[in-house]
Amino acid sequence: MASALPWFVLILPLVSAATILLATRRLGGTSAIVSVGAAVIGFLASCMIFASPETKAPEFAWIDIKPFLYVPLGVVLDQLSKTMLLVVTGVGALIHIYSLGYMRDDAGKSRYFASLSFFMFSMLGIVLANNFVMMFIFWELVGVSSYLLIGHWFERDSAADAANKAFLTNRIGDFGFMLGILMVWASTGSVVFSEIAAGMGKITTHPGFLTAAALLIFTGAMGKSAQFPLHVWLPDAMEGPTPVSALIHAATMVAAGVYMLVRVSFLIQVSPTALTVIAWIGGITALMAALIATQQNDIKRILAYSTLSQLGYMVMAVGLASGEAAMFHLFTHAFFKALLFLGAGSIIVMLHHEQNIWKMGALSGKMRITFLTFLIGTLALIGFPFTSGFFSKDAILAVAYAKSAPLFWIALFTAFLTAFYMLRLVLVVFFGKSRSEHAAHGKESPLVMTAPLLLLAIPALIAGFGFFAHNFLPVPHADDPHHVVPIFATGAMAVGVIAAFLLYRNREHDPVSVAIFRNRFYFDELYVWLIRSTQELLASISAFIDRWIIDVGGVRGASGATWGVGSLLRLVQVGNLQAYSFIFGLGIVGLIYFTVFR
Amino acid sequence: MISALITIPLVGALLASIAPQNRARTVALAFNFLAALLALTLWRNFDSGAGGLQFVERYAWIPAIGAEYLLGIDGFSLLLVLLTSLVVPFALLARPMSRGFCALMLLTQAALYGTFTAHNFILWFLFFEMSLIPSFLLIKLWGGEERDRAAVKFFVYTFLGSVAMLLAFLGIYLVHGTFDFATLATLGKTGLLTGNAAWLAFAGIFLGLAVKTALFPFHTWLPDAYENAPVGATMVLSGLLSKMGVYGFVRLLLPMFPNEMQAIAPWLLALAVCSILFSALAAWAQSDLKRMVAYLSITHLGYCMLGVFSIGASPSQSLVETQAALTGVMMQVFNHGITAAALFYFVGLLEQRRGSRGIADFGGLMQRTPLLCGWMSVAVFSFLGLPGLNGFIGEFLIFKGSFALAAAATSVAVFGLLITAVALLRGMQALFSGPLPENGGAFDDLRRGELTVVVPVSVLMLAIGIAPQWVFNIFNATVVQMARALA
Repeated sequence: MASALPWFVLILPLVSAATILLATRRLGGTSAIVSVGAAVIGFLASCMIFASPETKAPEFAWIDIKPFLYVPLGVVLDQLSKTMLLVVTGVGALIHIYSLGYMRDDAGKSRYFASLSFFMFSMLGIVLANNFVMMFIFWELVGVSSYLLIGHWFERDSAADAANKAFLTNRIGDFGFMLGILMVWASTGSVVFSEIAAGMGKITTHPGFLTAAALLIFTGAMGKSAQFPLHVWLPDAMEGPTPVSALIHAATMVAAGVYMLVRVSFLIQVSPTALTVIAWIGGITALMAALIATQQNDIKRILAYSTLSQLGYMVMAVGLASGEAAMFHLFTHAFFKALLFLGAGSIIVMLHHEQNIWKMGALSGKMRITFLTFLIGTLALIGFPFTSGFFSKDAILAVAYAKSAPLFWIALFTAFLTAFYMLRLVLVVFFGKSRSEHAAHGKESPLVMTAPLLLLAIPALIAGFGFFAHNFLPVPHADDPHHVVPIFATGAMAVGVIAAFLLYRNREHDPVSVAIFRNRFYFDELYVWLIRSTQELLASISAFIDRWIIDVGGVRGASGATWGVGSLLRLVQVGNLQAYSFIFGLGIVGLIYFTVFR
Repeated sequence: MISALITIPLVGALLASIAPQNRARTVALAFNFLAALLALTLWRNFDSGAGGLQFVERYAWIPAIGAEYLLGIDGFSLLLVLLTSLVVPFALLARPMSRGFCALMLLTQAALYGTFTAHNFILWFLFFEMSLIPSFLLIKLWGGEERDRAAVKFFVYTFLGSVAMLLAFLGIYLVHGTFDFATLATLGKTGLLTGNAAWLAFAGIFLGLAVKTALFPFHTWLPDAYENAPVGATMVLSGLLSKMGVYGFVRLLLPMFPNEMQAIAPWLLALAVCSILFSALAAWAQSDLKRMVAYLSITHLGYCMLGVFSIGASPSQSLVETQAALTGVMMQVFNHGITAAALFYFVGLLEQRRGSRGIADFGGLMQRTPLLCGWMSVAVFSFLGLPGLNGFIGEFLIFKGSFALAAAATSVAVFGLLITAVALLRGMQALFSGPLPENGGAFDDLRRGELTVVVPVSVLMLAIGIAPQWVFNIFNATVVQMARALA
């Protein structure tokens, strides 16, 4: 028997968003309750789905162009999607609750919660989709909800710019994704994942075609999961409210790219070339973002680059043909990164929207819960032994160790950097002296914000243990009998921690300054320059065409021809309309004459 | 039935032109209501399982020159008849106008109904041309600053195109002795004409239709005309008149000249891609809102042309892809009609409130007019092809078909999606966000009357986007039949 429960979970947030827009737009408080209620109920229903062995749900035809083209709206229920469902609704529900506190006095509260619900709808669509087209639809919808939420404070130009940047950068990835989908669709005749998997024989005979399709699909993931060179939008996306950064730009949406790659791993894993490219893109992103993170001063941006770096790990794992390791890290990362962002949000709110870490300091005593939970998140992120991140990062490192030595060293170095920049952050923010007025008078956030922190701290600690994790996903077992990898990893982490301690304990200013990291490898400058110059070039080309080829050859040529045609058209040219109408009328009369009298 | 459909707006035009100035629009809307009812009746009685012509009215007219009074409706015709019944009243509601304006709008409507249902060239051409005069007058008499130049440019372009088309059909008539579309289509397979004559005829018809669809490089009349026409006329021009060209491409050129289409397919595809990219880039550079939307209209029509030409490039390669492309083209025609009209409607509202259309003249509207911004965003996102709204379906299916039929052209053309998004988001940001301008003044949010226009249209966009199947059902059988005939 098929269960309609997945559809309920999917539609519920949409209903919430629609209710807010149509009914409670002016009542911020009610809107918040509607949205939070939908999120919590969605989580409970997801738990039921997870608990039941059901694998089928009703399917509907979306496009049915007889007799060939068929695109269904269907749901895939396997361990992968069920776990992802839990992560999205679980973390989502906590962040909805946290938003009650964070957005309490916001003027656009209704709009915020409507967008948040709409995001949940879109994200769940990606998780549940059983075919490429449906996934693509929700993929784009996620882009829009992210656009709306980044630009929530639209009166700030920087927010509106960041929203545009995010949407457009994603769109670059999206049309690659679309072409990839079209290639697969054209060659296998289906868009449904299970049918494509069954029909893979039709493509595997053309390795070049297959590689192209796999890489095009990967560009979609590059956009959404902010992989090099499409990573530039994610740090700017921090313009959005912090709960949004936690939910969308750390825990769920940016992980959608990785999820999608794992979902279609049957397609990607048959192309070694594509796998190599993916692994290296992931490795480069991980390293580059970690390097940048060491020199940023905005607390949210540091976390954003850390997210980029961790996503790089996941993508690298996908490229090393270990979807299990990627999903494992996605799973643990969702908890501890959401935790870190919410902790950062707690600090930011108490410091009256101060985000510069050098204006903070000595907060460990004043914000006890925030500090402790942030510390737990940090330990998990840097892979402190027996926290969740330790296990999942170890899984990825082990795969790299087994398959590619250069990538292993890159990943290991990144692990060192991760420990370094996170400890820098913790030392500067929570220790030393208060370096601003607000920091000196900071106090703990209300319970509605600290409770989600505490609840997220639990999985951030324990989600990596096999006894816990194996309920949710296949825990990868590395072929590493001598435990070389954990020793290396812990060593790298320890070095990072010690280095940060030596450099950043009790500092008033940053003792290190590396311009290229501080300026994010000048990617933004490069892109702005590229866009400007190409736009100018293209604009001048099209102006040239318009002016010289079309206007001279076309319009003036046409006018010339008109003069040649004779007086009839010349009348038109000088605007003698009556004459033309007369002639036209004469023609009609002639036709009537023919009709009636012949 | 169909004759009645064409007659209703004609009678309406007559009555509107003698009605009191302030009642003319009511009269026009009443006749539109009647026409819409009739169109819906046609749809109700339409057998969507059959691909051929229905409700056929066939009478001898001028046997001496092979002119027949032949009206009929297949799925594609029905789709456009429905679109016409939708967009014209929408355009009439855009702004209260004088009786002359209303009468001319109704005349255009009659011409459109005729064009989409006539299946004999002489009759079809009569309607095709009949649409030209009222739209010329609409621009010339009620247009903006540069109306004279815009109107003449519009007229010269389309008229020259028409003359070329007329000559081409006369040539065909001299050889085959018929103006009947169906007969000519069956002859097309084996080559309607031979040698240079075939190319001349092809070029003539192509020119006439290309001008009408504003295919690059025959498009320069369009931005001027759209910009200067009064907003209601712009809605009809973009929503409906441009569709006559696409309709002609599918109805005439594809079946009648398959060999010629195939022979120069790479060039045609290049034109379509240029249409898409150059106009999207041009839109990006515009500072006038209306002109920007006008350029984006060319982009959207370019997608239609991409679909048509990719079918022309390899019609027999794959029935699936041909069908997908053809379905996409028809869907795009329908959706662009709705969305472009809606977007111009909003531009009209903004212009009415601010007194200007410069993108830089606006800002911070979200704070002042959340309803206007919210509903306008629906149209904007539909225009940039967001899934879940109607604009996506047509584009996606065109790409689905054309990618398999003409991979290279399609791969380049998708960049148009990106540039369109850039242009629209840039416009939206300038309008909606940021601080309020200094000389803000009074700026009303949507009024009740405007909401009653905007909401149904937006709901329709959503309905098509979420569940498009009911639209496919209108023309599915026709697509199947056309695709088979082309293969």
